Amino acid sequence: MFDYEILRLIWWAILGVLLMGFAITDGFDMGAMFLMPLIGRSDAERRIIINTVGPVWEGNQVWLILGGGAIFAAWPYLYAVAFSGFYLAMFVVLCSLILRPVGFKFRSKMPGSSWRTIWDWCLFIGGTVPPVIFGVAFGNALQGVPFVFDETLRMTYQGTLFGLLNPFALLCGAISLGMFVAQGASWLAVKIEGVVERRARMASVISIIVVLVLFAIGGFWAAQGIEGYRFISVVNPNGPSNPMLKEVTRMAGVWMDNYGRLPASMLVPALAFLGGAMALMGVAVRKPLMSFIGTSLLQIGVIGTAGVSMFPFLLPSSADPNASLTVWDASSSRNTLITMTIVTVVFLPVVLVYTSWVYYVLRGKVTTELVKQNDNSY
Amino acid sequence: MDVVTLSRLQFAITALYHFLFVPLTLGLVMLLAIMESVWVMTGRPIWKEMTKFWGALFGINFAMGVATGITMEFQFGTNWAYYAHYVGDVFGAPLAIEGIVAFFLEATFVGLFFFGWDRLSRLQHLMCTWLLALGTSLSAMWILIANGWMQFPVGARFNVDTMRMEVANFADVIFNPVAQDKFVHTISAGYVTGSMFVLAVSAWFLLKGRHIEIAKRSMTVALSFGLASALSVVVLGDDSGYTAGQNQKMKIAAIEAMWHTEVPPADFTVFGIPDMKNQVTHFEIKLPWLLGLIATRSLDTEVPGIVDLEKKNIQRIRDGLIAYDALDKLRHDRDNSKLLNQFKTHQDNLGYALLLKRYRPDVVKASDVEIEKAAADTVPNVPLLFWSFRFMVGIGFFFIALFGTGFYLASRRRLRNATWFQKVALWSLPLPWVALELGWVVAECGRQPWTIDGVLPTFLSVSSISVGQVWTTLIGFIVFYSALLVVDVVLLLKYIRLGPAPISMKEEAA
Repeated sequence: MFDYEILRLIWWAILGVLLMGFAITDGFDMGAMFLMPLIGRSDAERRIIINTVGPVWEGNQVWLILGGGAIFAAWPYLYAVAFSGFYLAMFVVLCSLILRPVGFKFRSKMPGSSWRTIWDWCLFIGGTVPPVIFGVAFGNALQGVPFVFDETLRMTYQGTLFGLLNPFALLCGAISLGMFVAQGASWLAVKIEGVVERRARMASVISIIVVLVLFAIGGFWAAQGIEGYRFISVVNPNGPSNPMLKEVTRMAGVWMDNYGRLPASMLVPALAFLGGAMALMGVAVRKPLMSFIGTSLLQIGVIGTAGVSMFPFLLPSSADPNASLTVWDASSSRNTLITMTIVTVVFLPVVLVYTSWVYYVLRGKVTTELVKQNDNSY
Repeated sequence: MDVVTLSRLQFAITALYHFLFVPLTLGLVMLLAIMESVWVMTGRPIWKEMTKFWGALFGINFAMGVATGITMEFQFGTNWAYYAHYVGDVFGAPLAIEGIVAFFLEATFVGLFFFGWDRLSRLQHLMCTWLLALGTSLSAMWILIANGWMQFPVGARFNVDTMRMEVANFADVIFNPVAQDKFVHTISAGYVTGSMFVLAVSAWFLLKGRHIEIAKRSMTVALSFGLASALSVVVLGDDSGYTAGQNQKMKIAAIEAMWHTEVPPADFTVFGIPDMKNQVTHFEIKLPWLLGLIATRSLDTEVPGIVDLEKKNIQRIRDGLIAYDALDKLRHDRDNSKLLNQFKTHQDNLGYALLLKRYRPDVVKASDVEIEKAAADTVPNVPLLFWSFRFMVGIGFFFIALFGTGFYLASRRRLRNATWFQKVALWSLPLPWVALELGWVVAECGRQPWTIDGVLPTFLSVSSISVGQVWTTLIGFIVFYSALLVVDVVLLLKYIRLGPAPISMKEEAA
């Protein structure tokens, strides 16, 4: 059970679960804020949209914070390389994330329309920039990023901010934004009634179709054009966490290796399409909850596809493929993984239970009356 | 300025800024929980009014705390990548556990605190408030366990294969005495801050003759809770002193500007002008025995002085070089058991050898002069620590007097007319923040030149990023944070001026 190899696999899976948890929950917060200035035409409509996520977005954001903490604790190499390598991009993400708490809290505390418009755009930025940059980061991870290690395992990043903005990465950024918008749109359809709900349904149809088309294009591109990475030396999954002990080569198409090796894994990308179809069907038969589950499956499918395609790579190096970070050589020690596994197994279910209770308490549509009734409304 | 200085400056600014909001969150949430408990127990609507009023102010502050906290978590990776690699195995775990055990709790229930009033029974809402309070306190605990490990790195050892520190015993990391002392000291300081905030704002209401009933009651709660907390800050601060006296001897010596080891029990310097260059303190005024009692709790244990510790560190550097040399050779001859034994015997001082990296990359060839320079680097900024500490402690004692006086006046029912006390309380509002920030200066500048005491020097911990990148983000943070602070203060003042909203008749009847 507490074999180093198994623990590493568990933490690869947990990392995936945390990213999916983030995309499903905070994804709808961000998507809703992207849509807020577009489908909320009046201050009243915008307040309704904001208050659908107002009571829950803070807890949702913890998926992201915990994701960062879990990468630090379980994959310290990944944390060090990605956060310092993408330095300026991370700064932009940070600033847009900081706009959210203050935006929610401050916007409706003053009556002026220009005051509120400023915060509306801050919330829009907070809902748009992070998914785009996270998507771009994934797109670069799939291609490898230029970093090298010296003999004390100090990492040097050789790329620039603008090097991150290549066509494939931008495509991934668009997919990421699109799937968050789809998630936000299906959430709004659940929580709002009337004209805004109709606009949300429309947004949901458009964004789902766009995402599925872009995702298919990305799949073909990754299969044909993008260079993947592959081990050319024997790797010990129980070996020490030192990324400099293996040999790796880079060639086009090898990101498809895993699907050939384990055909059942093709269910993961298929899930994205199934989820998208289910969400569209939910719109057609006016079952918003079905749509929401559908777009949630879409998030799982897309994120899972990135993970399964790259496995066991976490972040390949284009400058020195041998230095690539993989599941087998970039983790924490066995001791730390054991401790973290126990904590997660005990507490994550507890978190899910009280989070579900909170959603249950807050169930039902958000209306103008409800927003006006509570003097704490955003 | 170089990347190290700039990154330190950025970390200091963002951390001190973050800590403008955290202690108020910690303290205010406890007071909210107490006020709401009184409401649930007595059913008097005024206590609900109070909870909602202070809750609105809490919310504005909480948003800023959350916003600025994300920066802290990201920064270890963005600016301190080698640190993240070198100690992530140990340091990352408490941060991740904080997320799953504490932050989820507080972030989830803060939503119901504001949006659950009409959806929950009284008892259910009270439970949410207490869970919110529990979450914030647990959050502080895990963060301070991480910080405590930077001060006193127990339960970990260096792994030759991975070139980093790894957990040997996680229980040691959690039950680190430094971490436990820091936690109770810091959280009490947060309670004082919350109490001071409620006290000062209520005093302002009394001075203006507004919201008298709410102000009087709020003041009473703040005074009792504040007095208990102010006492515990000082007592537990003394505990921190004792623990530091055992584990961070250089920090204690620097705080005291005690250059030479004295015959025990050592004296406590109340006033003096420390002179780093000549290693003396001018115009000293000393209280006999006090330092020895605080730092060792005995009359016959020595408190070592700075000069003597510096000399000892020369030995530690030389010893660390043996470990460094063995480690260097092990990289090409991994199975050599003689080298491995050599490394293991001397590995406790490996960090001291790393101090030489500032002077030359091939540290084993370091000259005696360079070794002495590196040993001199182990002395932190003495005047800064000396004065920060004294102001912090002074303010701490002032709080005991302030809350004690207020408590006396309240118990004699003379608070309402004691305008002099109300004025003092109002003007004391900034003091907890001054003391808290100075406390962090003492704790973290006292840790220099290390990020992890004795293990990893600060200058080695940074990322391989450019000066231009750090300037960009540093200026960005200063501009962005300043703007946010202005908005935050404007809103807080607006809501304080608006005052508590009376509970409507309908609600009162229900």
